[in-house]
Amino acid sequence: MNIVVCMKQVPGKFNIEIDPQTDTLIRGGTDNIIGPFDMNALEEGFRLKEKHSGKVYVISMGPSQVEESLREAVALGADEAILLCDPAFDGSDTWATSYVLSRGIRKLDRPDIVICGKQTIDGETGQVGPQLAEMLQLPFVSCVSKIEEVADGHITVQRMAEEGHHLVEMQLPGVISVVKEINVPRLPSLRGLMQSKKAHITLWNARELGVDVARVGLQGSPTRIVRVFRPQRASQGELLQGSPESQVEQLIEKLKATKVL
Amino acid sequence: MTVTNDSSSEVWIFAEQADGKTKGTAYGLISKGRKLADDLGTRVSAVCFSHSTEGAQELISCGADRVYLVDDPDPINHDEESYARELIELIRRERPSIVLAAATPLGSSFIPRVAAALDTGLTANCTVLEIDLESRLLVQTRSAFGGNLMATIICPQARPQMATVRPYAFKRGISDQSRQGKIVRVDLEKQPVSSRTKLLNVINDLGQKVKLEEADIVVCGGRGLGKAENFHVIAELADVLGAGLASSRPPVDDGWIAYSHQIGQTGKTVAPRLYIACGISGAPQHLAGMQNSEIILAINEDPRAPIFEVATYGIVGDLFKVVPMLTARLGELRG
Repeated sequence: MNIVVCMKQVPGKFNIEIDPQTDTLIRGGTDNIIGPFDMNALEEGFRLKEKHSGKVYVISMGPSQVEESLREAVALGADEAILLCDPAFDGSDTWATSYVLSRGIRKLDRPDIVICGKQTIDGETGQVGPQLAEMLQLPFVSCVSKIEEVADGHITVQRMAEEGHHLVEMQLPGVISVVKEINVPRLPSLRGLMQSKKAHITLWNARELGVDVARVGLQGSPTRIVRVFRPQRASQGELLQGSPESQVEQLIEKLKATKVL
Repeated sequence: MTVTNDSSSEVWIFAEQADGKTKGTAYGLISKGRKLADDLGTRVSAVCFSHSTEGAQELISCGADRVYLVDDPDPINHDEESYARELIELIRRERPSIVLAAATPLGSSFIPRVAAALDTGLTANCTVLEIDLESRLLVQTRSAFGGNLMATIICPQARPQMATVRPYAFKRGISDQSRQGKIVRVDLEKQPVSSRTKLLNVINDLGQKVKLEEADIVVCGGRGLGKAENFHVIAELADVLGAGLASSRPPVDDGWIAYSHQIGQTGKTVAPRLYIACGISGAPQHLAGMQNSEIILAINEDPRAPIFEVATYGIVGDLFKVVPMLTARLGELRG
Protein backbone atom coordinates (compact mmCIF):
# COMPACT_ATOMS: atom_id res chain seq x y z
CA MET A 1 0.00 0.00 0.00
CA ASN A 2 1.33 3.44 -0.88
CA ILE A 3 0.39 5.73 1.96
CA VAL A 4 0.87 9.50 1.81
CA VAL A 5 0.64 11.57 4.99
CA CYS A 6 0.39 15.36 4.73
CA MET A 7 2.07 17.23 7.52
CA LYS A 8 2.33 20.85 8.61
CA GLN A 9 4.88 22.27 10.96
CA VAL A 10 3.17 24.51 13.50
CA PRO A 11 4.32 26.63 16.44
CA GLY A 12 4.46 24.56 19.63
CA LYS A 13 3.53 27.51 21.81
CA PHE A 14 1.37 30.39 20.78
CA ASN A 15 3.35 33.45 21.59
CA ILE A 16 1.20 35.78 19.61
CA GLU A 17 2.41 39.25 18.91
CA ILE A 18 0.86 41.62 16.46
CA ASP A 19 2.86 44.25 14.64
CA PRO A 20 0.87 47.45 15.37
CA GLN A 21 2.19 49.10 12.20
CA THR A 22 1.24 46.47 9.68
CA ASP A 23 -1.45 44.56 11.60
CA THR A 24 0.31 41.32 10.77
CA LEU A 25 1.40 38.44 12.91
CA ILE A 26 4.92 38.30 14.28
CA ARG A 27 5.83 34.67 14.53
CA GLY A 28 8.91 34.72 16.67
CA GLY A 29 11.19 32.04 18.05
CA THR A 30 8.73 29.48 19.30
CA ASP A 31 9.52 25.78 19.14
CA ASN A 32 8.03 24.20 16.08
CA ILE A 33 6.26 20.87 16.22
CA ILE A 34 4.44 18.52 13.88
CA GLY A 35 0.74 19.46 13.96
CA PRO A 36 -0.92 17.27 16.64
CA PHE A 37 -3.59 15.92 14.28
CA ASP A 38 -0.84 15.26 11.72
CA MET A 39 0.86 13.10 14.35
CA ASN A 40 -2.32 11.02 14.42
CA ALA A 41 -2.28 10.91 10.61
CA LEU A 42 1.33 9.65 10.64
CA GLU A 43 0.56 7.03 13.28
CA GLU A 44 -2.39 5.74 11.29
CA GLY A 45 -0.17 5.60 8.20
CA PHE A 46 2.37 3.48 10.07
CA ARG A 47 -0.35 1.15 11.33
CA LEU A 48 -1.73 0.69 7.81
CA LYS A 49 1.75 -0.14 6.58
CA GLU A 50 2.33 -2.62 9.39
CA LYS A 51 -0.89 -4.41 8.49
CA HIS A 52 -0.87 -4.22 4.72
CA SER A 53 2.84 -3.59 3.98
CA GLY A 54 3.93 -0.82 1.66
CA LYS A 55 5.49 2.55 2.05
CA VAL A 56 4.72 5.70 4.05
CA TYR A 57 5.53 9.00 2.37
CA VAL A 58 5.39 12.14 4.45
CA ILE A 59 4.94 15.36 2.52
CA SER A 60 4.92 18.97 3.62
CA MET A 61 4.92 22.43 2.11
CA GLY A 62 6.92 25.05 3.94
CA PRO A 63 10.25 26.78 4.48
CA SER A 64 13.51 24.84 4.85
CA GLN A 65 13.15 24.62 8.64
CA VAL A 66 10.34 22.08 8.06
CA GLU A 67 13.11 19.59 7.26
CA GLU A 68 13.50 19.20 11.01
CA SER A 69 9.91 18.03 11.41
CA LEU A 70 10.23 15.73 8.40
CA ARG A 71 13.25 14.10 10.05
CA GLU A 72 11.12 13.59 13.13
CA ALA A 73 8.52 11.84 10.93
CA VAL A 74 11.29 9.62 9.52
CA ALA A 75 12.43 8.82 13.06
CA LEU A 76 8.89 7.71 13.80
CA GLY A 77 8.79 5.43 10.76
CA ALA A 78 8.22 7.33 7.51
CA ASP A 79 10.01 5.73 4.56
CA GLU A 80 10.34 8.86 2.47
CA ALA A 81 10.09 12.55 3.28
CA ILE A 82 9.36 15.25 0.74
CA LEU A 83 9.51 18.98 1.30
CA LEU A 84 7.79 21.25 -1.19
CA CYS A 85 9.86 24.36 -0.72
CA ASP A 86 10.01 27.54 -2.74
CA PRO A 87 9.98 31.20 -1.71
CA ALA A 88 7.05 31.56 -4.13
CA PHE A 89 4.91 29.42 -1.78
CA ASP A 90 5.23 31.78 1.21
CA GLY A 91 1.88 33.09 2.38
CA SER A 92 -0.21 30.56 0.43
CA ASP A 93 -3.82 30.19 1.55
CA THR A 94 -5.63 26.84 1.68
CA TRP A 95 -6.43 26.83 -2.04
CA ALA A 96 -2.81 27.48 -3.00
CA THR A 97 -1.47 25.05 -0.39
CA SER A 98 -3.76 22.31 -1.66
CA TYR A 99 -2.67 23.07 -5.21
CA VAL A 100 1.03 22.74 -4.34
CA LEU A 101 0.48 19.58 -2.27
CA SER A 102 -1.59 18.02 -5.05
CA ARG A 103 1.26 18.63 -7.50
CA GLY A 104 3.67 16.96 -5.09
CA ILE A 105 1.42 13.95 -4.51
CA ARG A 106 0.96 13.50 -8.26
CA LYS A 107 4.71 13.00 -8.57
CA LEU A 108 4.65 10.10 -6.11
CA ASP A 109 4.16 6.47 -7.04
CA ARG A 110 0.36 6.11 -7.29
CA PRO A 111 -0.81 6.56 -3.70
CA ASP A 112 -3.61 4.31 -2.42
CA ILE A 113 -4.51 6.60 0.42
CA VAL A 114 -3.74 10.17 1.47
CA ILE A 115 -4.10 10.90 5.20
CA CYS A 116 -4.38 14.41 6.66
CA GLY A 117 -5.00 15.64 10.17
CA LYS A 118 -8.49 17.03 10.79
CA GLN A 119 -7.07 20.56 10.92
CA THR A 120 -3.96 22.45 11.88
CA ILE A 121 -3.76 24.10 15.28
CA ASP A 122 -2.71 27.48 13.89
CA GLY A 123 -4.98 28.22 10.93
CA GLU A 124 -7.59 25.66 12.03
CA THR A 125 -9.45 25.69 8.72
CA GLY A 126 -9.59 21.95 8.03
CA GLN A 127 -9.88 22.83 4.35
CA VAL A 128 -6.71 21.38 2.88
CA GLY A 129 -7.88 17.74 3.12
CA PRO A 130 -11.08 18.18 1.08
CA GLN A 131 -9.46 20.69 -1.31
CA LEU A 132 -6.62 18.29 -1.95
CA ALA A 133 -9.17 15.53 -2.63
CA GLU A 134 -10.90 17.75 -5.17
CA MET A 135 -7.67 18.66 -6.93
CA LEU A 136 -6.59 15.01 -7.03
CA GLN A 137 -10.12 14.05 -8.11
CA LEU A 138 -10.38 11.59 -5.24
CA PRO A 139 -13.17 10.83 -2.76
CA PHE A 140 -12.83 12.18 0.77
CA VAL A 141 -14.05 11.31 4.26
CA SER A 142 -13.47 13.79 7.10
CA CYS A 143 -13.04 13.30 10.85
CA VAL A 144 -12.17 9.60 10.75
CA SER A 145 -11.95 8.12 14.26
CA LYS A 146 -11.30 4.49 13.29
CA ILE A 147 -10.24 2.48 10.28
CA GLU A 148 -12.29 -0.70 10.33
CA GLU A 149 -11.04 -2.48 7.26
CA VAL A 150 -9.07 -2.14 4.05
CA ALA A 151 -10.04 -4.68 1.41
CA ASP A 152 -10.74 -4.99 -2.33
CA GLY A 153 -10.01 -1.42 -3.21
CA HIS A 154 -12.20 -0.07 -0.40
CA ILE A 155 -11.67 1.32 3.04
CA THR A 156 -14.31 1.20 5.76
CA VAL A 157 -14.03 3.88 8.43
CA GLN A 158 -15.86 5.39 11.36
CA ARG A 159 -16.46 9.10 11.01
CA MET A 160 -17.35 11.40 13.89
CA ALA A 161 -20.83 12.79 13.32
CA GLU A 162 -23.02 15.28 15.14
CA GLU A 163 -24.95 12.65 17.05
CA GLY A 164 -22.46 9.83 17.20
CA HIS A 165 -20.64 7.98 14.44
CA HIS A 166 -21.11 7.08 10.81
CA LEU A 167 -19.76 3.92 9.27
CA VAL A 168 -18.59 4.90 5.79
CA GLU A 169 -17.12 2.91 2.94
CA MET A 170 -14.86 4.74 0.50
CA GLN A 171 -13.29 3.61 -2.74
CA LEU A 172 -9.52 3.72 -2.92
CA PRO A 173 -7.52 5.67 -3.81
CA GLY A 174 -9.01 8.29 -1.56
CA VAL A 175 -8.29 10.96 1.04
CA ILE A 176 -9.21 10.87 4.73
CA SER A 177 -8.74 13.34 7.55
CA VAL A 178 -8.30 11.95 11.05
CA VAL A 179 -9.23 13.12 14.56
CA LYS A 180 -7.13 12.55 17.66
CA GLU A 181 -9.47 9.79 18.88
CA ILE A 182 -8.13 7.49 16.16
CA ASN A 183 -4.90 6.51 17.94
CA VAL A 184 -2.13 7.43 20.33
CA PRO A 185 0.96 8.44 18.34
CA ARG A 186 4.11 6.44 19.07
CA LEU A 187 7.42 7.83 20.26
CA PRO A 188 10.50 7.58 18.06
CA SER A 189 12.83 4.63 18.61
CA LEU A 190 16.52 5.18 19.21
CA ARG A 191 17.26 3.44 15.92
CA GLY A 192 14.76 5.64 14.14
CA LEU A 193 16.35 8.74 15.61
CA MET A 194 19.78 7.64 14.42
CA GLN A 195 18.54 6.85 10.93
CA SER A 196 16.62 10.06 10.60
CA LYS A 197 19.78 12.12 11.08
CA LYS A 198 21.21 10.95 7.79
CA ALA A 199 17.92 10.34 5.99
CA HIS A 200 17.53 11.94 2.59
CA ILE A 201 14.86 14.63 2.41
CA THR A 202 13.59 15.17 -1.12
CA LEU A 203 13.19 18.83 -2.02
CA TRP A 204 10.92 19.94 -4.83
CA ASN A 205 10.54 23.55 -5.89
CA ALA A 206 7.83 25.24 -7.94
CA ARG A 207 9.52 24.47 -11.26
CA GLU A 208 10.05 20.79 -10.40
CA LEU A 209 6.42 20.54 -9.35
CA GLY A 210 5.13 22.32 -12.44
CA VAL A 211 3.38 24.83 -10.17
CA ASP A 212 2.16 28.06 -11.75
CA VAL A 213 3.80 30.60 -9.42
CA ALA A 214 1.19 33.21 -10.31
CA ARG A 215 -1.40 31.11 -8.44
CA VAL A 216 0.43 30.59 -5.14
CA GLY A 217 1.97 32.57 -2.31
CA LEU A 218 0.76 35.79 -0.77
CA GLN A 219 0.03 37.44 -4.12
CA GLY A 220 -1.38 34.46 -6.01
CA SER A 221 -3.74 33.09 -3.33
CA PRO A 222 -7.43 33.83 -3.80
CA THR A 223 -7.83 35.12 -0.23
CA ARG A 224 -5.97 37.87 1.55
CA ILE A 225 -5.64 38.55 5.27
CA VAL A 226 -6.23 42.25 5.81
CA ARG A 227 -6.09 42.43 9.57
CA VAL A 228 -5.26 40.35 12.63
CA PHE A 229 -6.24 41.28 16.16
CA ARG A 230 -6.83 39.86 19.60
CA PRO A 231 -10.40 38.96 20.51
CA GLN A 232 -11.95 41.52 22.84
CA ARG A 233 -13.85 40.18 25.77
CA ALA A 234 -15.33 43.06 27.66
CA SER A 235 -17.26 41.62 30.52
CA GLN A 236 -20.59 43.26 31.23
CA GLY A 237 -21.51 40.41 33.48
CA GLU A 238 -22.67 40.52 37.05
CA LEU A 239 -21.24 38.45 39.88
CA LEU A 240 -24.01 37.51 42.27
CA GLN A 241 -23.23 38.14 45.92
CA GLY A 242 -24.37 36.70 49.21
CA SER A 243 -24.92 33.18 50.52
CA PRO A 244 -25.44 30.34 48.01
CA GLU A 245 -29.16 30.37 48.89
CA SER A 246 -29.45 34.09 48.19
CA GLN A 247 -27.40 33.78 44.99
CA VAL A 248 -29.77 31.10 43.70
CA GLU A 249 -32.79 33.25 44.57
CA GLN A 250 -31.35 36.32 42.83
CA LEU A 251 -30.54 34.21 39.82
CA ILE A 252 -34.04 32.78 39.54
CA GLU A 253 -35.55 36.28 39.73
CA LYS A 254 -33.20 37.47 36.98
CA LEU A 255 -33.93 34.51 34.75
CA LYS A 256 -37.65 34.98 35.26
CA ALA A 257 -37.31 38.60 34.23
CA THR A 258 -35.63 37.60 30.97
CA LYS A 259 -38.48 35.17 30.28
CA VAL A 260 -36.06 32.35 29.62
CA LEU A 261 -37.76 30.32 32.37
CA MET B 1 -5.46 34.11 -11.06
CA THR B 2 -8.93 33.76 -12.48
CA VAL B 3 -10.62 37.11 -12.45
CA THR B 4 -14.32 36.61 -12.87
CA ASN B 5 -15.99 39.80 -11.91
CA ASP B 6 -18.94 39.29 -14.21
CA SER B 7 -20.88 37.59 -11.42
CA SER B 8 -24.55 38.33 -10.87
CA SER B 9 -23.74 39.82 -7.43
CA GLU B 10 -26.35 37.60 -5.79
CA VAL B 11 -25.81 36.30 -2.26
CA TRP B 12 -26.33 32.56 -1.83
CA ILE B 13 -26.64 30.45 1.24
CA PHE B 14 -26.54 26.67 1.39
CA ALA B 15 -29.55 25.50 3.41
CA GLU B 16 -28.49 22.13 4.79
CA GLN B 17 -31.18 19.49 5.18
CA ALA B 18 -31.37 16.77 7.82
CA ASP B 19 -34.18 14.26 8.26
CA GLY B 20 -36.20 16.01 5.56
CA LYS B 21 -35.99 19.41 7.28
CA THR B 22 -33.87 22.52 7.00
CA LYS B 23 -31.29 22.58 9.78
CA GLY B 24 -31.76 25.37 12.33
CA THR B 25 -28.43 27.00 11.54
CA ALA B 26 -29.57 27.76 7.96
CA TYR B 27 -32.09 30.32 9.25
CA GLY B 28 -29.38 32.42 10.88
CA LEU B 29 -27.48 32.24 7.59
CA ILE B 30 -30.45 33.47 5.59
CA SER B 31 -30.89 36.43 7.96
CA LYS B 32 -27.23 37.33 7.52
CA GLY B 33 -27.49 36.75 3.76
CA ARG B 34 -30.50 39.09 3.65
CA LYS B 35 -28.53 41.81 5.40
CA LEU B 36 -25.55 41.43 3.08
CA ALA B 37 -27.82 41.42 0.01
CA ASP B 38 -29.57 44.59 1.23
CA ASP B 39 -26.19 46.27 1.65
CA LEU B 40 -25.31 45.30 -1.91
CA GLY B 41 -28.77 46.05 -3.27
CA THR B 42 -29.16 42.53 -4.56
CA ARG B 43 -31.05 39.27 -4.05
CA VAL B 44 -30.43 36.49 -1.56
CA SER B 45 -31.08 32.93 -2.62
CA ALA B 46 -31.01 29.67 -0.72
CA VAL B 47 -29.88 26.39 -2.22
CA CYS B 48 -31.56 23.25 -0.87
CA PHE B 49 -30.79 19.67 -1.76
CA SER B 50 -34.30 18.47 -1.23
CA HIS B 51 -37.27 17.19 -3.14
CA SER B 52 -39.99 18.82 -1.08
CA THR B 53 -40.96 22.49 -1.36
CA GLU B 54 -42.18 22.52 2.24
CA GLY B 55 -39.03 23.97 3.83
CA ALA B 56 -38.58 26.42 0.96
CA GLN B 57 -41.50 28.58 2.08
CA GLU B 58 -40.01 28.99 5.54
CA LEU B 59 -36.71 30.12 4.01
CA ILE B 60 -38.63 32.73 2.03
CA SER B 61 -40.45 33.86 5.17
CA CYS B 62 -37.06 34.31 6.81
CA GLY B 63 -35.70 36.48 4.01
CA ALA B 64 -34.86 34.45 0.91
CA ASP B 65 -35.89 35.96 -2.43
CA ARG B 66 -35.38 32.71 -4.20
CA VAL B 67 -34.94 29.07 -3.29
CA TYR B 68 -33.16 26.73 -5.64
CA LEU B 69 -34.40 23.20 -5.06
CA VAL B 70 -32.03 20.54 -6.27
CA ASP B 71 -33.52 17.07 -6.05
CA ASP B 72 -31.63 14.78 -3.72
CA PRO B 73 -32.37 11.18 -4.63
CA ASP B 74 -30.41 9.88 -1.65
CA PRO B 75 -30.91 12.21 1.33
CA ILE B 76 -29.62 9.66 3.83
CA ASN B 77 -26.25 9.09 2.24
CA HIS B 78 -25.48 12.82 1.80
CA ASP B 79 -23.13 12.03 -1.07
CA GLU B 80 -20.68 14.89 -0.70
CA GLU B 81 -19.11 14.48 -4.12
CA SER B 82 -22.43 14.72 -5.92
CA TYR B 83 -23.47 17.69 -3.75
CA ALA B 84 -20.21 19.34 -4.71
CA ARG B 85 -20.65 18.59 -8.44
CA GLU B 86 -24.19 19.98 -8.43
CA LEU B 87 -23.38 23.09 -6.45
CA ILE B 88 -20.36 23.75 -8.68
CA GLU B 89 -22.52 23.48 -11.78
CA LEU B 90 -25.23 25.70 -10.35
CA ILE B 91 -22.68 28.34 -9.31
CA ARG B 92 -21.08 28.27 -12.76
CA ARG B 93 -24.48 28.75 -14.33
CA GLU B 94 -25.90 31.47 -12.08
CA ARG B 95 -22.65 33.19 -11.00
CA PRO B 96 -23.48 34.39 -7.49
CA SER B 97 -21.06 36.85 -5.93
CA ILE B 98 -21.14 35.35 -2.44
CA VAL B 99 -21.77 31.77 -1.27
CA LEU B 100 -22.18 30.98 2.43
CA ALA B 101 -22.65 27.66 4.22
CA ALA B 102 -22.69 26.59 7.85
CA ALA B 103 -19.47 24.98 9.07
CA THR B 104 -21.29 21.78 10.07
CA PRO B 105 -19.55 18.44 9.50
CA LEU B 106 -21.18 18.30 6.05
CA GLY B 107 -20.50 21.92 5.12
CA SER B 108 -16.91 21.81 6.35
CA SER B 109 -16.31 18.69 4.31
CA PHE B 110 -17.86 19.41 0.91
CA ILE B 111 -17.82 23.21 0.56
CA PRO B 112 -13.98 23.23 0.39
CA ARG B 113 -14.26 20.93 -2.66
CA VAL B 114 -16.57 23.45 -4.32
CA ALA B 115 -14.17 26.34 -3.71
CA ALA B 116 -11.21 24.25 -4.90
CA ALA B 117 -12.96 23.36 -8.15
CA LEU B 118 -14.04 26.96 -8.76
CA ASP B 119 -10.49 28.25 -8.13
CA THR B 120 -11.82 30.65 -5.54
CA GLY B 121 -11.11 31.53 -1.93
CA LEU B 122 -12.88 30.06 1.07
CA THR B 123 -12.74 31.39 4.62
CA ALA B 124 -13.46 28.80 7.30
CA ASN B 125 -15.71 29.10 10.30
CA CYS B 126 -16.42 32.85 10.14
CA THR B 127 -18.14 34.65 12.99
CA VAL B 128 -18.47 38.11 11.46
CA LEU B 129 -19.49 38.91 7.88
CA GLU B 130 -19.92 42.43 6.54
CA ILE B 131 -19.94 44.26 3.25
CA ASP B 132 -17.33 46.96 2.75
CA LEU B 133 -19.57 49.50 1.09
CA GLU B 134 -16.76 51.16 -0.82
CA SER B 135 -15.21 48.07 -2.44
CA ARG B 136 -18.44 46.02 -2.20
CA LEU B 137 -16.28 43.15 -0.96
CA LEU B 138 -17.33 40.60 1.65
CA VAL B 139 -15.25 41.20 4.78
CA GLN B 140 -14.89 37.94 6.67
CA THR B 141 -13.65 37.56 10.24
CA ARG B 142 -12.75 34.32 11.95
CA SER B 143 -10.81 33.10 14.93
CA ALA B 144 -7.63 31.05 14.75
CA PHE B 145 -4.84 29.86 17.05
CA GLY B 146 -7.24 28.25 19.50
CA GLY B 147 -9.35 31.38 19.82
CA ASN B 148 -6.32 33.52 20.68
CA LEU B 149 -6.40 35.51 17.47
CA MET B 150 -8.94 36.98 15.09
CA ALA B 151 -8.23 37.47 11.38
CA THR B 152 -10.12 39.51 8.83
CA ILE B 153 -9.97 38.10 5.32
CA ILE B 154 -11.13 39.19 1.88
CA CYS B 155 -11.26 37.52 -1.50
CA PRO B 156 -10.53 40.47 -3.79
CA GLN B 157 -10.76 38.98 -7.25
CA ALA B 158 -11.87 35.37 -7.57
CA ARG B 159 -15.62 34.71 -7.50
CA PRO B 160 -17.73 33.73 -5.78
CA GLN B 161 -16.48 34.93 -2.41
CA MET B 162 -17.05 31.89 -0.23
CA ALA B 163 -17.20 31.38 3.52
CA THR B 164 -18.28 28.74 5.94
CA VAL B 165 -19.87 30.18 9.03
CA ARG B 166 -19.63 28.96 12.60
CA PRO B 167 -22.98 27.25 13.24
CA TYR B 168 -25.45 29.50 15.06
CA ALA B 169 -23.05 32.48 14.92
CA PHE B 170 -25.91 34.47 13.39
CA LYS B 171 -29.34 34.82 14.92
CA ARG B 172 -32.43 33.77 13.11
CA GLY B 173 -34.53 36.77 12.11
CA ILE B 174 -38.25 37.21 12.50
CA SER B 175 -40.22 35.11 10.09
CA ASP B 176 -42.76 36.96 7.93
CA GLN B 177 -45.29 34.60 6.38
CA SER B 178 -46.43 37.25 3.91
CA ARG B 179 -43.03 37.51 2.25
CA GLN B 180 -43.01 36.49 -1.38
CA GLY B 181 -40.27 34.57 -3.11
CA LYS B 182 -39.66 32.25 -5.96
CA ILE B 183 -39.03 28.53 -5.77
CA VAL B 184 -36.87 27.32 -8.63
CA ARG B 185 -36.57 23.63 -9.30
CA VAL B 186 -33.17 22.91 -10.70
CA ASP B 187 -32.68 20.15 -13.19
CA LEU B 188 -29.02 19.63 -13.61
CA GLU B 189 -27.85 17.31 -16.25
CA LYS B 190 -26.98 14.32 -14.17
CA GLN B 191 -24.20 12.11 -15.27
CA PRO B 192 -24.91 8.72 -13.79
CA VAL B 193 -21.87 8.53 -11.57
CA SER B 194 -21.77 5.88 -8.93
CA SER B 195 -20.98 7.30 -5.55
CA ARG B 196 -17.44 6.66 -4.34
CA THR B 197 -18.44 6.89 -0.69
CA LYS B 198 -21.29 4.99 0.90
CA LEU B 199 -22.86 5.46 4.32
CA LEU B 200 -23.21 1.95 5.74
CA ASN B 201 -24.54 2.70 9.19
CA VAL B 202 -25.38 5.52 11.60
CA ILE B 203 -24.45 4.87 15.21
CA ASN B 204 -26.13 7.35 17.53
CA ASP B 205 -24.86 7.85 21.03
CA LEU B 206 -27.54 6.97 23.50
CA GLY B 207 -28.18 9.30 26.39
CA GLN B 208 -28.68 12.52 24.48
CA LYS B 209 -32.30 13.36 25.25
CA VAL B 210 -32.33 16.86 23.81
CA LYS B 211 -30.56 17.80 20.58
CA LEU B 212 -27.87 20.22 21.69
CA GLU B 213 -27.86 22.47 18.64
CA GLU B 214 -31.61 22.97 18.80
CA ALA B 215 -31.95 23.30 22.57
CA ASP B 216 -33.20 26.55 24.16
CA ILE B 217 -31.21 25.82 27.29
CA VAL B 218 -27.89 23.99 27.53
CA VAL B 219 -26.31 22.80 30.78
CA CYS B 220 -22.61 22.13 30.43
CA GLY B 221 -20.15 20.51 32.82
CA GLY B 222 -16.38 20.76 32.90
CA ARG B 223 -13.37 19.47 34.72
CA GLY B 224 -14.76 20.93 37.93
CA LEU B 225 -17.16 17.98 38.08
CA GLY B 226 -14.20 15.92 39.21
CA LYS B 227 -15.30 12.51 37.96
CA ALA B 228 -17.72 10.73 35.64
CA GLU B 229 -20.11 9.79 38.46
CA ASN B 230 -20.69 13.47 39.25
CA PHE B 231 -22.27 14.22 35.89
CA HIS B 232 -25.65 13.34 37.39
CA VAL B 233 -25.51 16.63 39.32
CA ILE B 234 -25.80 18.66 36.12
CA ALA B 235 -27.89 16.01 34.31
CA GLU B 236 -30.58 16.57 36.95
CA LEU B 237 -30.49 20.31 36.37
CA ALA B 238 -30.75 19.70 32.62
CA ASP B 239 -33.71 17.39 33.19
CA VAL B 240 -35.68 19.86 35.25
CA LEU B 241 -35.08 22.55 32.62
CA GLY B 242 -35.65 20.28 29.63
CA ALA B 243 -32.17 21.36 28.61
CA GLY B 244 -29.47 19.75 26.48
CA LEU B 245 -26.64 18.12 28.42
CA ALA B 246 -23.17 19.18 27.30
CA SER B 247 -19.55 18.93 28.29
CA SER B 248 -16.36 20.87 27.79
CA ARG B 249 -13.41 18.99 26.35
CA PRO B 250 -11.63 17.59 29.44
CA PRO B 251 -14.50 15.30 30.58
CA VAL B 252 -14.77 13.94 27.02
CA ASP B 253 -11.02 13.38 26.87
CA ASP B 254 -11.20 11.52 30.16
CA GLY B 255 -14.04 9.38 28.88
CA TRP B 256 -16.65 10.64 31.36
CA ILE B 257 -19.13 11.43 28.58
CA ALA B 258 -19.45 10.84 24.81
CA TYR B 259 -17.92 13.19 22.26
CA SER B 260 -21.32 14.12 20.84
CA HIS B 261 -21.85 16.19 24.01
CA GLN B 262 -18.71 18.27 23.53
CA ILE B 263 -19.00 22.04 23.07
CA GLY B 264 -16.13 24.08 21.70
CA GLN B 265 -13.63 24.46 18.92
CA THR B 266 -13.33 20.73 18.31
CA GLY B 267 -16.91 19.95 19.26
CA LYS B 268 -20.26 21.56 18.66
CA THR B 269 -21.20 25.20 18.53
CA VAL B 270 -24.36 26.23 20.28
CA ALA B 271 -26.13 29.52 20.86
CA PRO B 272 -29.05 28.75 23.17
CA ARG B 273 -31.14 31.31 25.04
CA LEU B 274 -29.52 30.18 28.28
CA TYR B 275 -26.16 28.47 28.72
CA ILE B 276 -25.23 27.20 32.16
CA ALA B 277 -21.52 26.49 32.58
CA CYS B 278 -20.71 24.41 35.65
CA GLY B 279 -17.12 23.90 36.70
CA ILE B 280 -15.79 25.23 33.41
CA SER B 281 -12.78 27.51 33.41
CA GLY B 282 -13.50 28.92 29.95
CA ALA B 283 -10.51 28.25 27.70
CA PRO B 284 -10.74 30.16 24.39
CA GLN B 285 -11.46 26.84 22.67
CA HIS B 286 -14.54 26.35 24.83
CA LEU B 287 -15.71 29.95 24.52
CA ALA B 288 -15.58 29.55 20.72
CA GLY B 289 -18.40 27.04 20.96
CA MET B 290 -20.81 28.94 23.20
CA GLN B 291 -20.08 32.65 23.41
CA ASN B 292 -22.99 33.57 21.15
CA SER B 293 -25.46 32.27 23.73
CA GLU B 294 -28.01 34.88 24.79
CA ILE B 295 -27.57 34.51 28.54
CA ILE B 296 -24.54 32.80 30.04
CA LEU B 297 -24.58 31.65 33.63
CA ALA B 298 -21.24 30.53 35.04
CA ILE B 299 -20.77 28.62 38.27
CA ASN B 300 -17.14 28.14 39.26
CA GLU B 301 -15.03 28.12 42.38
CA ASP B 302 -12.26 30.23 40.90
CA PRO B 303 -13.21 33.92 40.64
CA ARG B 304 -10.42 34.44 38.08
CA ALA B 305 -11.76 31.79 35.67
CA PRO B 306 -12.04 33.35 32.18
CA ILE B 307 -15.59 32.02 31.88
CA PHE B 308 -16.66 34.96 34.08
CA GLU B 309 -15.44 37.34 31.37
CA VAL B 310 -18.21 36.17 29.05
CA ALA B 311 -20.82 35.34 31.68
CA THR B 312 -23.99 37.39 32.00
CA TYR B 313 -24.38 36.15 35.58
CA GLY B 314 -21.65 34.59 37.63
CA ILE B 315 -21.73 32.62 40.85
CA VAL B 316 -18.39 32.08 42.52
CA GLY B 317 -18.93 28.99 44.60
CA ASP B 318 -19.03 25.25 44.95
CA LEU B 319 -21.05 23.80 42.10
CA PHE B 320 -21.93 20.75 44.22
CA LYS B 321 -23.78 23.11 46.59
CA VAL B 322 -25.16 25.63 44.11
CA VAL B 323 -26.35 23.33 41.32
CA PRO B 324 -28.49 20.97 43.46
CA MET B 325 -30.00 24.03 45.16
CA LEU B 326 -30.83 25.53 41.79
CA THR B 327 -32.26 22.22 40.58
CA ALA B 328 -34.46 21.94 43.66
CA ARG B 329 -35.76 25.53 43.37
CA LEU B 330 -36.48 25.15 39.66
CA GLY B 331 -38.22 21.85 40.39
CA GLU B 332 -40.53 23.64 42.81
CA LEU B 333 -41.21 26.41 40.31
CA ARG B 334 -41.93 24.06 37.46
CA GLY B 335 -44.01 21.89 39.78
